[in-house]
Amino acid sequence: MSALFLAAANLRFHWARTLVLVVAAALVLAVPVLTRTLLAQGEAQLTARANATPLLLGTRGSRLDLVMAGAYFTDDLPEPTTMAASEAVWDSGLGIPVPLHTAFTTGGARIVGTTLDYFDLRALDVAEGRGFALLGEAVLGSAAAARLGAGPGDTVLSDPENLFDLDGAYPLEMDVVGVLAPTGTPDDEAAFVDIKTAWVIAGIGHGHDDIVAEGEDLSAAAARAVQFARITPENIDSFHFHGDPATYPVTAVLVAPYDERSATILRGRYLDAEGPVQAVVPRDVVDALVARLLRIASLVDAVTVVVGLAAALALGLALFLTWRLRAPEMRTAFALGAGKGTIARLALAEVGLVLLAALALASPIVIILMRNADTVAARLIALGS
Amino acid sequence: MIAIDDLRFAYPGGFALHVPSLSVGAGETVAVVGPSGSGKTTLLNLVSGIAVPDGGRVTLDGTAVGGLSDRERRRLRASSIGFVFQEFALVDYLPAEENVLYPYRVGTGLRLDRAARLRARELLDRFGLGAKTRRRPHQLSQGERQRVAIARALVTRPKVILADEATGNLDPANKEAALDLLFAQAAETGAALLCVTHDHELLPRFDRVVDFADLRAAA
Repeated sequence: MSALFLAAANLRFHWARTLVLVVAAALVLAVPVLTRTLLAQGEAQLTARANATPLLLGTRGSRLDLVMAGAYFTDDLPEPTTMAASEAVWDSGLGIPVPLHTAFTTGGARIVGTTLDYFDLRALDVAEGRGFALLGEAVLGSAAAARLGAGPGDTVLSDPENLFDLDGAYPLEMDVVGVLAPTGTPDDEAAFVDIKTAWVIAGIGHGHDDIVAEGEDLSAAAARAVQFARITPENIDSFHFHGDPATYPVTAVLVAPYDERSATILRGRYLDAEGPVQAVVPRDVVDALVARLLRIASLVDAVTVVVGLAAALALGLALFLTWRLRAPEMRTAFALGAGKGTIARLALAEVGLVLLAALALASPIVIILMRNADTVAARLIALGS
Repeated sequence: MIAIDDLRFAYPGGFALHVPSLSVGAGETVAVVGPSGSGKTTLLNLVSGIAVPDGGRVTLDGTAVGGLSDRERRRLRASSIGFVFQEFALVDYLPAEENVLYPYRVGTGLRLDRAARLRARELLDRFGLGAKTRRRPHQLSQGERQRVAIARALVTRPKVILADEATGNLDPANKEAALDLLFAQAAETGAALLCVTHDHELLPRFDRVVDFADLRAAA
């Protein structure tokens, strides 16, 4: 009891030194747990999402980039393919194609231009408001809505692609009409719009006042045109698209084959290495990625053990030096009748109190992170590959 | 109370101490003087059982210190000996009252109870520190720190008070005040006071003065 009293009094008196010791010990205790939790959650989410994404089509190139962009909406985008890839699947009668355009963001949340089939395929529920129905409407994932502080009735603005964005990709103000129920997947972090809305942001479609005077040259009138930055009931009819829809860009086409046979046939159609489009089974790509992650995780574990040992030694040294400074107090205690046991109890009480305080500090952090591991992992995955 | 007979002690470096005979009775005050390095502090360590003599005998209140186990010597120090150190040796993180009670926190066989707390407060009140019991050493003056150190030496009502240059760091007024307190307590409780000092001005106040230079010459 006296050992605890003296240890607590000493730690309280030297509060700054104690704080440093406690924070350092808390980090040593918490970081390995946090790392393992996030790795496990990330692995589970990657695998679950891949399993729920039967097939992805995209421009031939990095399979990983295609899967990460098409299934996890990461920042690294593959070269876009065209709507022709989606239409080809539709025409084949082998599955349902869901085009995805993920080139833009709003307030950091990925804008996913798609069709209503996406919500059926992912079994997404609207928790608040309704799904998008018109050009310029957006439905936010739960985490994106929370982060942007937006809900039905609000608007969100697409992020400009660059500072002097003169060539398309004009910021478009979109009406938020709904918020999705949380799913613990990258869908929580996204803002969903009709794929045509994404094309409007890309500058492929636009709306403007009818400005052509009778007998006037079209190019002269076009130079005068001011494009609408928001789609409203009053101007929606003026929006139109130029060019062949089959050439419009899509990041990837998510395909839900009707059955296993259809899936096999579809995969076979894109085996030609010279063809512009490739078909990727996300589970295969993610399995390889997870295997690599696990190897890295083993390395991280080893590094964590070494760093933990080094930190424990540093903490031990700090405590040892503290005790060296307290040698006069120990000599006094000895002269007053203290034994080695008493002094050992004092040292143990101090170490114990520091560890207890470190545990008290680390536990809430670990608990909070473990409770939100799915969201954190989803955000980390969405940050990019 | 303290009886020393043919006490011998040698450090590995060559220094040797020999005290043929010395006794301090209950309530008696004895000053030990001598040049630096003559073994005055070693004598206090031998009397208190911190150091074990190579030969001879130290008896405290009838108990031969040399015949005690390590634990018994610690118990004896905690219960029967009060120490006053030259540098006060107060614990920086404890307030004055807890410094006085420190022997109860660390001493073998002592139990901190209500009576001990009352005794600590009474001593601090008597030493003019009743309003400063919550202050830590760095918040006290030199004289106040020494009074806390003396209160700590007296709180267990020791039979023997050992003071090692107890007034060495004090101005003349505080030296006198500190000695007054020690002498008064020794007289009140009948404790034997053995005080190592360099300060010859204070010697007339002691019942007896033992000069280590004489002791070594006799040896």
